[in-house]
Amino acid sequence: MTTTLIKSKLKTFVGGIHPKEDGKNLTCSKKEVPSISPKTVYLFMNQHIGAPAKPNVKKGDTVKKGQLIGEAQGFVSANIHASVSGKVIDVIPWHHPVTGIKSPAVMIENSGDDTWIEGANESSDTGQISPDEIKQRIQSAGIVGLGGATFPTHVKLTPPKDKVIDTVVMNGAECEPYLTCDYRLMIDKPSEIINGLKLIMKCIGCKKAHIGVEANKTDVYNLFKDILSNEPNIKIDLMEVKYPQGAEHQLIKASLNREFKPTQLPLEVGAVVINVGTAFAIYEAVKFRRPLIQRIVTVTGDGVENPQNFLVPIGTPIKQLLEEAQITTNINKIIFGGPMMGIAQGNIDMAVTVKGTGGILVLRNAQQWRSHACIRCGRCIDSCPYGLNPSELSILCEAKEFNLALENNVMECKECGCCSYICPSKRPIVHLIKFAKAEIARQKTKV
Amino acid sequence: MSSKNQTDNQLIVSAPPHIRDIENIPRIMWAVVLSLIPAGIAGVLVFGYYCLYIVSLGCITAVITEALILRLRKLPVLNTVKDGSAVVTGILLAYILPPSVPWYVPVVGSFFAIAIVKHTFGGLGNNIWNPALAARAFLQVSYPAVINSDWRILQHGVGNFAHNITSVDPEGKFVDAITRATPLAKEAGAETYHFAQLFLGNVPGCIGETSAIALLLGGAYLIYKRYIKWYVPAYYIATVFIMVLILPSQIATPWAKNPFYHVFAGGLILGAFFMATDMVTAPLTRRGLVIFAIGAGMLTALIRFYSGYPEGVCYSILLMNTATPLIDRFTKPRLYGTKIKKV
Repeated sequence: MTTTLIKSKLKTFVGGIHPKEDGKNLTCSKKEVPSISPKTVYLFMNQHIGAPAKPNVKKGDTVKKGQLIGEAQGFVSANIHASVSGKVIDVIPWHHPVTGIKSPAVMIENSGDDTWIEGANESSDTGQISPDEIKQRIQSAGIVGLGGATFPTHVKLTPPKDKVIDTVVMNGAECEPYLTCDYRLMIDKPSEIINGLKLIMKCIGCKKAHIGVEANKTDVYNLFKDILSNEPNIKIDLMEVKYPQGAEHQLIKASLNREFKPTQLPLEVGAVVINVGTAFAIYEAVKFRRPLIQRIVTVTGDGVENPQNFLVPIGTPIKQLLEEAQITTNINKIIFGGPMMGIAQGNIDMAVTVKGTGGILVLRNAQQWRSHACIRCGRCIDSCPYGLNPSELSILCEAKEFNLALENNVMECKECGCCSYICPSKRPIVHLIKFAKAEIARQKTKV
Repeated sequence: MSSKNQTDNQLIVSAPPHIRDIENIPRIMWAVVLSLIPAGIAGVLVFGYYCLYIVSLGCITAVITEALILRLRKLPVLNTVKDGSAVVTGILLAYILPPSVPWYVPVVGSFFAIAIVKHTFGGLGNNIWNPALAARAFLQVSYPAVINSDWRILQHGVGNFAHNITSVDPEGKFVDAITRATPLAKEAGAETYHFAQLFLGNVPGCIGETSAIALLLGGAYLIYKRYIKWYVPAYYIATVFIMVLILPSQIATPWAKNPFYHVFAGGLILGAFFMATDMVTAPLTRRGLVIFAIGAGMLTALIRFYSGYPEGVCYSILLMNTATPLIDRFTKPRLYGTKIKKV
């Protein structure tokens, strides 16, 4: 990675934080992306926001790579495909690494012969393809937002009739510390990503696009700039290195200077945000009819000897990944995702990757902090990118004053973690807010 | 298998974020202590070693009181005492006492600051008033004779600092420098001082408030470290400056309408950089802090011009501390994507 330091020219938003040690140097210079061939994969039926898919295979079936094994249930749902070829051992409840709840998963033993299902993995001409055909291919490929939110992409590309989307904003910011999977992809496959972006623009019929890249990735910026030299409609913005620059609200603010409420969707301001990983998956799905069955995963942290990016079939047990990255002894925390929003795992044997897993962070000396009373320093308010008062919210949520918390917009919190990060009293602000939101939701369903 | 289980048991599961900033309460508090040291050195140079004794007494009493109360409240004692917040209170209280106070004044004041002002409201983070200032107000009514009428410069300032400076002064105002209040004393005929003297701190006053340069040094350090916000002292001092120009004065001294004199003489700089910026007792948001600072500035000028008490800075900040919850209520941050809500 190369960094530019002319801060004044960079686009950004108000608030946010930047850790001094962002951990990206562990993996960013490693050019190889070794493929992982897992012995067994566990494919959850709920790897996306929305209704879980329904398995259409049973114990003993033989499946091929790319075969549909879970059918989307309804519109806001996504298909699940076999990420390896082999035999279905069972459809069992398995420990979900993100929700923490046991959920049905299809367990497939890898035969190792990598045979694709018929009709997939074939190149097709996309020159004259219709928007509906693009969307249909995206939908059937089971593509979800790979930035971490895992919202089904075809839903995003179907705005309500009364909303007009005029700009696609592609997120290449990768603001989470430690993760470099998007960086690797942008360096290795820039033209594929741009082609994916053009397919999205064609699909929703909008003419303009912006690409947001943080200023610590000027090599990516220059690469994109070269490719886009004849494309006046696609602008690339260099943005300040700041978390959460890659979140929808902050990205749109920085590139388009449009604001919308935290609970609203980008389509309120006529934009749609697509992650670079998603754009690449869309290109693969439309051009080659490859469903979303693999992605780049950053395995990093001081708990692995060989931190690196890997090309990982969805559903790979992390144990095998961690062995490839030479896990050390004495680790005390394993995180799915980055350190700001990732989910800590309690069980190293059961955790498997899902579509939204961009990184696995292994730490040896993860700290636990003793929480103190709020000293009202106001740093959380200055860092909150959504204009909330985390200080007051954390006190209200701690006291279980949920009605007052609601009045103070607790539901607008996106849990980005800036407030907890910056708090000198080490208050678990996000933890308390998550707790309050869950309690409020529970009370609502009761009534 | 057993070794695997062991690894599992050791894994920490907690809510994100999994990394935290290195700043914590002890770092902030000890940085404040560090930033107060230059003013203390200036105090000792001007007023003598007795000041060191007063400051130490203030700190030690504050720390012992803090430990005692924590013990009574069955809270962790050692960790909380180590955070330095009691030391800050002790130093600040001593800094706003006259240099020749008897030993029991800082002791009683520190005890009051920690036990009553801080811990009856719930300890660090929950007190409504700045403990040092509230204790100063308490001492003002408890020992008016000591606090108001015996502000003498000790004759033997360390290294004869006082004499060296005053020898430059042709009128030699410092030679028998026994005065009866700060340079802002309201009696007609009170001494006036050169700005060089005011800036260096070679004037009568409280222990830590006289040397503008030492205080500005400490304040600049805290602003650089982002522990205090620059706009609080800026708005505070600017408001006093403007108010002095605007308000009709009722004081018959030559400096009454000189805004620079109001800024550099007396406790304004100490108050603006170290007391008004006290996080616990000031509003949370930038808008709130600006209102707080302007309010404190206006009250300071009003008290200095129209009231019988000295220490306009002390009372103005205490009054604005009282208004802080109200200011917070009316200056909530703007929810992203919305206009500011009118309350």
